Amino acid sequence: MLVLEKNAQSEVIEELVKNLGNNRSSLLEILQAIQKRYNFISDFAQQEVARLLNIHPVEVYSIISFYSFLYSKPRGRNIIRLCRTISCNMKAQKNIEEAVKKELGINFGETTKDRRITLEYTNCLGMCDVAPAMLDNERVYTRIDPETAVKILKEIK
Amino acid sequence: METLLNSQKKRGGPVLFSRYKGGEGIHKAFEMGRENILFEVKTSGLKGRGGAGFPTATKWMLTAASVSDKKFIICNADEGEPGTFKDRVLLLEYPELVFEGMVIAGYTIGANQGIVYLRGEYEYMRKSLEDYLEMMRKENLLGKAIIGKTDFNFDIKIHLGSGAYVCGEETALIESLEGSRGEPRNRPPYPVNTGYKGHPTIVNNVETLASIPHIITKGGEWFRKYGTEKSTGSKLFSVSGDCEKPGVYELPWGTSIKELLEVVGAKDTKAVQIGGASGTCVPKSQFHRILAFEDAATGGSVIIFNENRDMLKVLKNFMEFFVEESCGQCTPCRIGNVKLLEGIEMIERGNYTFTYINNLKDLARTMQFSAKCGLGQSSLNPFLSILENFKDEIFNPCRNGGSNGKAS
Ligand SMILES: Cc1cc2nc3c(=O)[nH]c(=O)nc-3n(C[C@H](O)[C@H](O)[C@H](O)COP(=O)(O)O)c2cc1C
Ligand code: SF4
Ligand code: FES
Repeated sequence: MLVLEKNAQSEVIEELVKNLGNNRSSLLEILQAIQKRYNFISDFAQQEVARLLNIHPVEVYSIISFYSFLYSKPRGRNIIRLCRTISCNMKAQKNIEEAVKKELGINFGETTKDRRITLEYTNCLGMCDVAPAMLDNERVYTRIDPETAVKILKEIK
Repeated sequence: METLLNSQKKRGGPVLFSRYKGGEGIHKAFEMGRENILFEVKTSGLKGRGGAGFPTATKWMLTAASVSDKKFIICNADEGEPGTFKDRVLLLEYPELVFEGMVIAGYTIGANQGIVYLRGEYEYMRKSLEDYLEMMRKENLLGKAIIGKTDFNFDIKIHLGSGAYVCGEETALIESLEGSRGEPRNRPPYPVNTGYKGHPTIVNNVETLASIPHIITKGGEWFRKYGTEKSTGSKLFSVSGDCEKPGVYELPWGTSIKELLEVVGAKDTKAVQIGGASGTCVPKSQFHRILAFEDAATGGSVIIFNENRDMLKVLKNFMEFFVEESCGQCTPCRIGNVKLLEGIEMIERGNYTFTYINNLKDLARTMQFSAKCGLGQSSLNPFLSILENFKDEIFNPCRNGGSNGKAS
């Protein structure tokens, strides 16, 4: 990272910590906010948070590694999460899986080269009555089929 | 494809979905006073709707009796059990019930702060919840000196989770709120004494809290008219899988599985998973059983499988879920679930001995009492119940490459 970028990021993080509170119980909210802004939480960002909260950087990393919605490696701007738990699985979720993989040319867990889209699996989204379900960042789509799933991806691009 | 932000379904039901006017419960609660609130909740026989079924009045009384300068009310909206989505409907369509339940709880035990732990997957409803809270503040149903009660301040904030099923376990939830990994704590001490930041804390499920305003306005006796002796009131069931009308249903406790299947239009049903992945699988021969704490207990998840489903695939899906969601803190759960999943894959390939499968069943029974929290203590339920109830289908030499059905 360039020094300029670092300075800019430091400022952003300082501002976030100031608004959300520089105590331990704000840590998750702070990390969620950083994730939202940069699509992941870089080593540098982790160190900054640790410095401002006066905790060890490993503490920050241990939180990121625990929660499946937080990432320490770059992710796409849009994270697509396809539910693979039983009620969705019974509604032909596999077909959607195949269709989106082919469309983007990547596997689940991977990000497109242009850093736009990351594909992820997720567990039950609480939409089982209108399965199969998928999240695009925080937006939820229900009763999707391979065609509509691909259409959603196209609109992101 | 549709987004579900404004589901238009008109719902009706005997208890939770019965008529309620916003604000009524708080007014009535203030008139009654703390003692009488506790009395009505006790009379109602309300038990926790989050799965464990702990008597709500007892939890509240213990927290009320704890001495501390600060106390907290936490609404557990982490709804992560596979096949459960009733809390989604309550939060989106009946926020007045949930939030007023929290205010009444706060008033009763002397807390000033409520926290909704909303699962990360439900971020899309955050805006509508924040808007509703803001409206309550304008009407002075939240904030300082609520509707003129000068000695009572109470506000609610929303905290977003980040994709971890185990954070629904109450002590893991508190760890998470405190900014740590969501790893369950040893209990005791219980949150009623040592909860959020060490203060006495009530953790209640969304549906439990949503029952409170009804109980306060209509009375504990009215509530217990519904249901059975041991399971009073009604329950929201999240019904999914093979049926014509999946969705959220309010039915009195004591409804039989057979009756529920008729209501939701399920045909050719082979099995029903009661209580989500951590619940048990009930075969056709037991559909006369009733949904109640004393028989087929459930936090509300009902997943229906028809004759064409491959129950081994269903079981595999559940075990994959647990392997992924185990927090990894204790060995029986971290390793045990992996071993059970491996066993299922061996059966899938036809590469197993009954001696080994029986060893795995022993392992499962060991997990039940050696795992640290409810996740590892119940992840074996589908393993034992599916292998037992569907052994003819699963241990069938023809299943490999044969014509045995499919899960999807
Ligand atoms: C692994 C695990 C996950 C849980 N998830 C939830 C949940 O999502 N929502 C919930 O209300 N309770 C959940 N519980 C139960 C809580 O620990 C707790 O018993 C409940 O929130 C108490 O509220 P109640 O008495 O109103 O039911 C879970 C328990 C375990 C062991
Ligand atoms: S039983 Fe599983 S989820 Fe619970 S503490 Fe042990 S490892 Fe964690
Ligand atoms: S199983 Fe996919 S939303 Fe519940």
